[in-house]
Amino acid sequence: MQSTPMRDEFAALSDVLAIAGAVIGLLLGITLAMLAADEVMGFHAVLFAAASAAALVFLVGNAFGTGSLAGPNYQPEVRFYADNVIKAGVVATVFWGIAGFVVGDVIAWQLAFPALNLDLPWTSFGRLRPLHTSAVIFAFGGNALIATSFYVVQRTSRARLAGRWSPWFVFWGYNLFIVIAATGYVLGVTQSKEYAEPEWYADLWLTVVWVVYLLVFLGTLSRRKEPHIYVANWFYLAFIVTVAMLHIVNNLAWPVSFTGSKSVILYAGVQDAMTQWWYGHNAVGFFLTAGFLGMMYYFIPKRADRPVYSYKLSIVHFWSLIFLYIWAGPHHLHYTALPDWAQTLGMTFSIMLWMPSWGGMINGLMTLSGAWDKLRTDPVMRFLVVSVAFYGMSTFEGPLMSIRAVNSLSHYTDWTIGHVHSGALGWVAMISFGAMYCLTPWLWRRPSLYSMRLVEWHFWISTLGILLYITAMWVSGITQGLMWRAYDALGFLQYSFVETVEAMHPYYVIRAIGGLLFVAGSLIMAFNLWMTARRTVAEAGEAELGGAQPMPAE
Amino acid sequence: MAYEDVKTYAAMAGLLIFIALFVGVLIYAFWPGNKARFEEARNIPLEQDPEDPAPRGDNGR
Repeated sequence: MQSTPMRDEFAALSDVLAIAGAVIGLLLGITLAMLAADEVMGFHAVLFAAASAAALVFLVGNAFGTGSLAGPNYQPEVRFYADNVIKAGVVATVFWGIAGFVVGDVIAWQLAFPALNLDLPWTSFGRLRPLHTSAVIFAFGGNALIATSFYVVQRTSRARLAGRWSPWFVFWGYNLFIVIAATGYVLGVTQSKEYAEPEWYADLWLTVVWVVYLLVFLGTLSRRKEPHIYVANWFYLAFIVTVAMLHIVNNLAWPVSFTGSKSVILYAGVQDAMTQWWYGHNAVGFFLTAGFLGMMYYFIPKRADRPVYSYKLSIVHFWSLIFLYIWAGPHHLHYTALPDWAQTLGMTFSIMLWMPSWGGMINGLMTLSGAWDKLRTDPVMRFLVVSVAFYGMSTFEGPLMSIRAVNSLSHYTDWTIGHVHSGALGWVAMISFGAMYCLTPWLWRRPSLYSMRLVEWHFWISTLGILLYITAMWVSGITQGLMWRAYDALGFLQYSFVETVEAMHPYYVIRAIGGLLFVAGSLIMAFNLWMTARRTVAEAGEAELGGAQPMPAE
Repeated sequence: MAYEDVKTYAAMAGLLIFIALFVGVLIYAFWPGNKARFEEARNIPLEQDPEDPAPRGDNGR
């Protein structure tokens, strides 16, 4: 980027607009804090005002101290790519990952030993469960997606990220949303929609952040030097656009008071259920699948140093995946008031999803054809490839469970929880770990990771943890399902509900141990990445690199 | 028009639209003229990153 007068004016305008935005945020926060109808709204308004004030202090200091408004000596010093915001994203991903896994394991132990809820409202299962799901899906997964999408779109477009402050607004704004949502859950604020628990004001804030995210992504694509838009960007774009649509439609609500935290959803009855699961399943399809497929289409070829197996297949994969996924939601509502034809429609589209899912999996795996030895020599590659294998497994299991007859056994049991975690731990988390292991040396310009042996340890510990988790939940879920539907000779239910709960106990302990292993693995990763980023290049050159591999060409 | 009719026509229209879309995608993906473009696009991630034209700085934050 050249330091032309035009660019300076652009930078100055950006600074002024950003400062104005921070002032508006500060005033809004203070006003709401003074008028707040309940304590949580007051707390969140103070949080919002504090975040705006911090942004304001930073922006003013930057603009008048060293930045565009500093006078004639202003010298923009910029690298070609905007990577600092991605570094922040890597840190946030690792931080939220550990936080989310720990909370998940805490509630896993609570299910095995209920006394662990401490008999306090803030640590009860009902409040910590959304804290766990939001922390892993939106905080960990979301930060991983934002960070990798910013990395991938710049590299594959050969263009700098659009906007001077917008990418930072997306990063901090998104993380502020997470803090507001998470503290709200613990304090008992929820709109009771699964995976969409945050109340109306947090939803509005996320909408603003998400629209800026879309604009940054589109702006970067529009200034690309590459004639083609690489397939990974298609997946990221589908993720951003669809999540915007899902979020807005599912969260249409009217606040009880504009200064209070409570709102009422506009839908009622079965319409509400259908909208919720249209949202819920596409959160899986577009947040946890399409976005991470974007990751797969960049990081696997890049790490393996081979182009993706088939570009044609990737095009068919993309369009069929996005057109099918959007219809699969009704399979969450089998045997409910939802009309039968809608249930059948959801089931049929879910089964058809086998095709694009496995097409995508084959495309990812076959990228390694002729280079399978990398699976043995490079543990980071192993993370990426095993994640795709788990993707194949959970996308085989999902359509199976969507069949109405199978669903009559599996629904409302732990089988569903096991299925979700084979996708979430096996696919989403493993590919994110792989991407973080790639990104950290690339972004911090280090020749290699601190220790490849620790990556090996992380890989095996977390894989063992996942296997313990999902096998325990299969056994537990099928046991539960069979016990619920067992009748005695006189036609009475054979088991009382509490007997089924008692039968789950050993599996809950096994699951919690599996989760503990997964947490341990993520701590190893955090240490490894910290040491990688911390060491200077000279230190890295001198240090003994346990089993280190040369980095692939970047 | 009764609910049943709406349901039937909606289902048929959906079926036809999706088949047409899928066929369109297949034609686009396998069109011989697109082969060279896709081959180029396939290699995008592997191309060398352009050199940093500017020294390390504050990255515009």
